[in-house]
Amino acid sequence: MLPDMANPAPVTLVVGDEEFLVDRAVGSIVSAVRGTDPEAEVHDLVGGKVEIGELTRLASPSLFEDRSVVVIRSAQDLQKDVIAEIVKYTAHPADDTVLILAHPGGVKGKALVEGVKKAGAEVVTVAKPTKPGERLDFIKAEVRRHGRTIAPAAAQALLDAVGSDLRELAAACGQLAFDTSGKNIDEAAVARYHRGRAEVTGFAISDLAVEGRLGEALEQLRWAVATGVAPVLIVSALAGGLRSLAKVGGAPRNLRGAQLAGHVGMPPWKIDRVKRQLSGWGPEGISIAMQAVASADEQVKGAGTDPAYALERAVQVIAASRTGR
Amino acid sequence: MSVFGDLVGQERAVAVLQKAAAAAADAVAGGRGTGMTHAWLFTGPPGSGRSNAARAFAAALLCPDQGCGHCDACHQVDVGSHPDVTWVRPEGLSYSAKQTRDLVLKGAGAPTLGRWRIVLFEDADRATEAAANALLKAIEEPPPRTVWLLCAPSPDDMIITIRSRCRVVTLRTPSTEAVVNVLMTRDDVPPDTALFAARAAQGHIGRARRLALDEEVRRRREDVLSIPKSLSGVGDCITAAERLVKTSTADADAATTALNEVETTELRQVYGEGSSGKGLNKGLVRGGAGALKELETMQKSRATRIKRDSLDLALLDLVAFYRDVLAVQFGAQVELANEDRRHEVETLARNSSPVDTLRRTDAIMLCRERLAANVNPQIAVEAMALALRDPNLV
Repeated sequence: MLPDMANPAPVTLVVGDEEFLVDRAVGSIVSAVRGTDPEAEVHDLVGGKVEIGELTRLASPSLFEDRSVVVIRSAQDLQKDVIAEIVKYTAHPADDTVLILAHPGGVKGKALVEGVKKAGAEVVTVAKPTKPGERLDFIKAEVRRHGRTIAPAAAQALLDAVGSDLRELAAACGQLAFDTSGKNIDEAAVARYHRGRAEVTGFAISDLAVEGRLGEALEQLRWAVATGVAPVLIVSALAGGLRSLAKVGGAPRNLRGAQLAGHVGMPPWKIDRVKRQLSGWGPEGISIAMQAVASADEQVKGAGTDPAYALERAVQVIAASRTGR
Repeated sequence: MSVFGDLVGQERAVAVLQKAAAAAADAVAGGRGTGMTHAWLFTGPPGSGRSNAARAFAAALLCPDQGCGHCDACHQVDVGSHPDVTWVRPEGLSYSAKQTRDLVLKGAGAPTLGRWRIVLFEDADRATEAAANALLKAIEEPPPRTVWLLCAPSPDDMIITIRSRCRVVTLRTPSTEAVVNVLMTRDDVPPDTALFAARAAQGHIGRARRLALDEEVRRRREDVLSIPKSLSGVGDCITAAERLVKTSTADADAATTALNEVETTELRQVYGEGSSGKGLNKGLVRGGAGALKELETMQKSRATRIKRDSLDLALLDLVAFYRDVLAVQFGAQVELANEDRRHEVETLARNSSPVDTLRRTDAIMLCRERLAANVNPQIAVEAMALALRDPNLV
């Protein structure tokens, strides 16, 4: 829900812990006020430093009847007495002042949230996108803000290349909209400015390695190491991949569906994938690969000098242990 | 019974200690005290009773009758409440230099009851190198009435500068007969159970006693020893590894959860939580959060250590099993630790070669090394289980 641009409420509470979205919500209200009155004064305060009476002072009518905007960030750190003052103010707001409170949600400073809600403040909730799909939606909406559209594949490529930080994504979208022409932003346009991967999970590497796609696995591994994924996480993902192979491969043949899922302790969709990966793997291969992973874990924990080498070696042994039979 | 009566099969060490105690009594009485020294290092394999020997010696030093076993001093040392004995049991993975400096300070005081001030340092091998160096200063120039009793599995576990300043008391692995005898006379264990426990524990008296008295410990050992024959497929290896690691985690949880909670609550109270009254701060006072964090780190280190120790115990049972297999393969006339599983041992001995057995033993030892090097326990044990299944792949 976005605030009403033309006529901002006298008191707005922005709830959410994604700094970028909070900034944007606050910024939109501020610019709405500035739209009607370019001279409006903005007071940007931080919760922990607001003193008693400060709000009253800032909100009291000035000699020249200017409008003013008071923004209080990190409102969870406000003192008890200040909260009481704000709640009281919310019930009877000043005409010329727009108050914006930013609260990250959570229990701290709950009295403020409940108090101003009851007193009639406008509440804006900004939700942090957590799923990949939501991030793609964010990219699309972002591009649309600039009056453009983006192809789904291009959005995915951008997400892969930039990572999941919203501020960076928004900046990348703005830059793309500025740099490219035409209505639609396509994959080629994204590829011209962005390449590579910002985020690689150990699981992706593990899947590629056990499927025997050595080249791709090594490429992803280097990306992961270069972008600072902890080697320990990669090792444990590799071990996890092999463990699944051993579990599903070693399960009694007559188990199916839910029974099998219960036996190996994995969800059915994962079992299906592991079953596909199992082709080409025998017990010897799994044993050899697991030894390599164990020694890689030892290496990255300090027994070796170069974690990146230890990981590459492990990935190579894993891919080579798959005989392809 | 004298305080030395608890030391099973350690006649030579006891003679040395008794002589030193007599010399110490002479020194207290104003004599020259020849034969007494200020720093002792008790070494011996796990379970040989290093800390018991040190405790007995401490009692003998503090008792007016050189360890009668029934006076106040002996009793206080026995229950750990004697004011002149500082008892150090490192609970975490290591013992830091900072802790050691505090210890040195404590050890520097004069004895309150007039005989000796004793610092009994169990598992002194857990001291880090920096800690050992801090300790060295105190051992090098000791106050006249302070006695340091350090315990470590082997003299090599201590840095050489400490070793050279200590008198070493070497304890041996007690014989099976001696352990059986103790179990039967002291704990009223039936003869066959005592024999089984003494063999299975291979001279570790504490472990033998737990095996003889605790059904759960016996069951745990059965579980571990059933692993070798259960490893037919790779899936089984993973499952066995998972079970082993889970059991050790459960051990750590059982030992620490309640303790952690009590410690945390106490610390929070110390820092003023729950205080009532006008003008008092309801929450933690300054410094509380830091102290809590320190406590948490300590608790985590302790849990890791318990987990590792528990896993190590299981691995040692496995090593003993393969050692028996090797003994049968070579036709060595030695007592089997797993006499109760002779049939299984002989079957495996027939179906594999001595090379296989040695490789398997190596795999277990490698796993122990990896655990000590902080490798993820599950990965280390999985690799070991897979190597036990097919030793030629390692």
